[in-house]
Amino acid sequence: MLEITWFVLWGVLWAIYFALDGYDLGLGTLMPILAADERDRRIMYNAAGPFWDGNQVWLITAGGVTFAAFPATYAALFSGLYTALMLLLFALILRGVSFEFRRKVDSERWRRVWDYCHVGGSFLPALLLGVAFANIFQGIPLNAQGVNEGGLLDLLNPYGLLGGVLFVLMFSLHGSLWLGVKSEGPIAVRAAAMAEKLWLALMVVVVLFLVSSAYFTQLFDNYMNNPVLFVVLLLAVLGLVQARVFLGKRSMLKAWAASAVAIISVTLFGVIGLFPALLPSSLDPAYSMTIANSASSQLTLKIMLGVVLVFVPLVVAYQAWLHVTFGHKITDADLEYEEAY
Amino acid sequence: MDVLLLSRLQFAFTTFVHFIFVPLTLGLSLLVAYMEFKWVRTGDEVYKRMAKFWGKLFLINFALGVVTGIALEFQFGTNWARYSAYVGDIFGSLLAIEATLAFFLESTFLAVWIFGWNRLSPKLHNASIWLVALAANLSAFWILMANGWMQNPTGFVLRGDRAELESFAALVSNPFAWQQFAHVLFSAYVLSGFFVLGVSAWHLARGSNVDFFTRSFRIAAPFTLVFALALVVQGHHHGSTVAKFQPTKLAAMESHWETMNRAPQYLFVIPDPANERNLVEILPIPGGLSMLAYHSFDAEVRGLRDFPLEDRPPVMLTFASFRTMVALGFLFPALAAWVWIRRKDPQSSPRLLRILPWVIPLPYIAIQLGWIVAEVGRQPWIVNGIMRTEDAVSAGVTAGQVGFSLVLFGLIYGLLVAVDVFLLMHHGRKGPKSSKNKEDDAQRQDADSGVASQGSPA
Repeated sequence: MLEITWFVLWGVLWAIYFALDGYDLGLGTLMPILAADERDRRIMYNAAGPFWDGNQVWLITAGGVTFAAFPATYAALFSGLYTALMLLLFALILRGVSFEFRRKVDSERWRRVWDYCHVGGSFLPALLLGVAFANIFQGIPLNAQGVNEGGLLDLLNPYGLLGGVLFVLMFSLHGSLWLGVKSEGPIAVRAAAMAEKLWLALMVVVVLFLVSSAYFTQLFDNYMNNPVLFVVLLLAVLGLVQARVFLGKRSMLKAWAASAVAIISVTLFGVIGLFPALLPSSLDPAYSMTIANSASSQLTLKIMLGVVLVFVPLVVAYQAWLHVTFGHKITDADLEYEEAY
Repeated sequence: MDVLLLSRLQFAFTTFVHFIFVPLTLGLSLLVAYMEFKWVRTGDEVYKRMAKFWGKLFLINFALGVVTGIALEFQFGTNWARYSAYVGDIFGSLLAIEATLAFFLESTFLAVWIFGWNRLSPKLHNASIWLVALAANLSAFWILMANGWMQNPTGFVLRGDRAELESFAALVSNPFAWQQFAHVLFSAYVLSGFFVLGVSAWHLARGSNVDFFTRSFRIAAPFTLVFALALVVQGHHHGSTVAKFQPTKLAAMESHWETMNRAPQYLFVIPDPANERNLVEILPIPGGLSMLAYHSFDAEVRGLRDFPLEDRPPVMLTFASFRTMVALGFLFPALAAWVWIRRKDPQSSPRLLRILPWVIPLPYIAIQLGWIVAEVGRQPWIVNGIMRTEDAVSAGVTAGQVGFSLVLFGLIYGLLVAVDVFLLMHHGRKGPKSSKNKEDDAQRQDADSGVASQGSPA
């Protein structure tokens, strides 16, 4: 029971990470398309300004919890996806410092360099996370020793790439909606128009992804055995539809919240489909990393459950407060603010 | 080169770079919080400008601490998969607790602090940087409990093919880990103190923003002295815990080969590891090593020859790093005392002002050397006495993969460190932003330097 609780928490933490870091990675990805000038770029940097670092900690926590609750999975997953994870890491490093460094020297060329780092460092993580998770859903060639026998290029199979496109579109839509929340004037208009286009593209890819999941993965087995689980998929569809409805009314905050629900549901859709595996082996189901063969001891799971149940709600509370406190539309005064990005 | 060596190089390199940024974060957050607290208490604008100026240097430094930190968490899984699977039950949970308790708090309230100057009441704003300081120090606690466990594993049982947690209380009351925690905190405070003193001295020597930097100097002076002294005392006790729990490390630190009672402490030694002896040993203090390690002149200190060759750490590196660290550790209280004597009017000693900027790198060097002693001195074990480093490396990763990432780490980190040092020097030299009201500023400049035309050199 404790293991199952942890499996759910594991999925939830990744889902929260995608729903939060998703929008600032999306903002960075869209910057070359949506920002017409330096002022627009600064609006986009500052739309993510107070939030991106706290959002990114959810990745560290999701990774840390994988390590703590399912060490064997953590070991097989991180060493198995070595090069992809290193690329993710370098991208996140460059993106992170681009916020801090960009305005520290008053030079057009200097800013341009960090803009490149920022855009690449936002797009690449979205793509890589999508590719990685689609490959997890599909299973990787883990052998009896828990070693991935495939290489980086094996990750770039059709289903994996489709997952990458899915994540880039999901995050970009999420980011353009957040930009709609945080900005006004021409850039907000462009953000909403972009969100409409992205939404259409995303719907097409979501349908493709679900159909391919039935074809390439075993994700639907659990749903067939337990049809009540389809609620999660329904929630994902509802989230997407609601996002479009609110977007049509230009209720950007509600549209963004609906998009967050969609991202969380899509993630949980995959995680539930994996159960009881965390990392299926495509060679032999017996080699899969599962709850049974990779969970930590009962004592560790118990202590960690206490920690998570007390502190994660607290984190959610103060991060929600952060979003409320700094959720206002960015004005000229905000851009003139000395500490602004 | 093989995967093991490449992975060790990569972990050593990325940890080194990460730890360039961490210590300043630990100490400067406290000093900035205190400066802002003084502003909230007294309403004196100069303290607000101080919090902003030192806060800016803090932020430049902090950004790199954050991003290089993620690299470490990832690498346990990517490069040390067998280690991760073996000890995740214990080590992984400490990392997860660190993220949940400390990282969220730190990153969220730092954002509140950066963006909240005009949006929050001064008290609430000040509270946010106190929370950042608390979180930074809390994160040090958890990561040192994790590292302390690698040095002296406690609270676990070996079951099946892994180490499992048996007592969380034993895990977090690990005496070795607590000594390490204190040692890292105190040394980080000394580093941060000398950082503030060095930058302040640079400006005071040039007569720029005299009032501003004299006050900064006065805040940093007692802070630095207290922790430099505490570090010497604590360092001695830390040495005794090493003697107790890691006798091979102690023997390597001292290049001590023969087991003996009344082991002397030589002031000058040249080790000769190939022949398992020292080439030169002069200026002995009889029973000194026994005294330092076990608080008794007669105690027996085991020598390296007593341990099988395959269980000994590299002697030369451990020994030289330890000696140099200790020498620097004794230099700091002396310098801090000099600073403290001159704290009221630092400009009365131009020589001190000239020296202090050059002192800034020294605590950095001492701290990195300390980590060499801790980590190289623990070899050949990754978890002392439980698991060897060679058995910890990932099975499925190739030398080509690690070579690729190591080269990229080298390039990216090299670039980032260069940019960071450049930005710190650039903004450190630029000095604080003048206050908004130009007239006020002109008056302040008058009061500061006595010369109206003297501005801050860019």
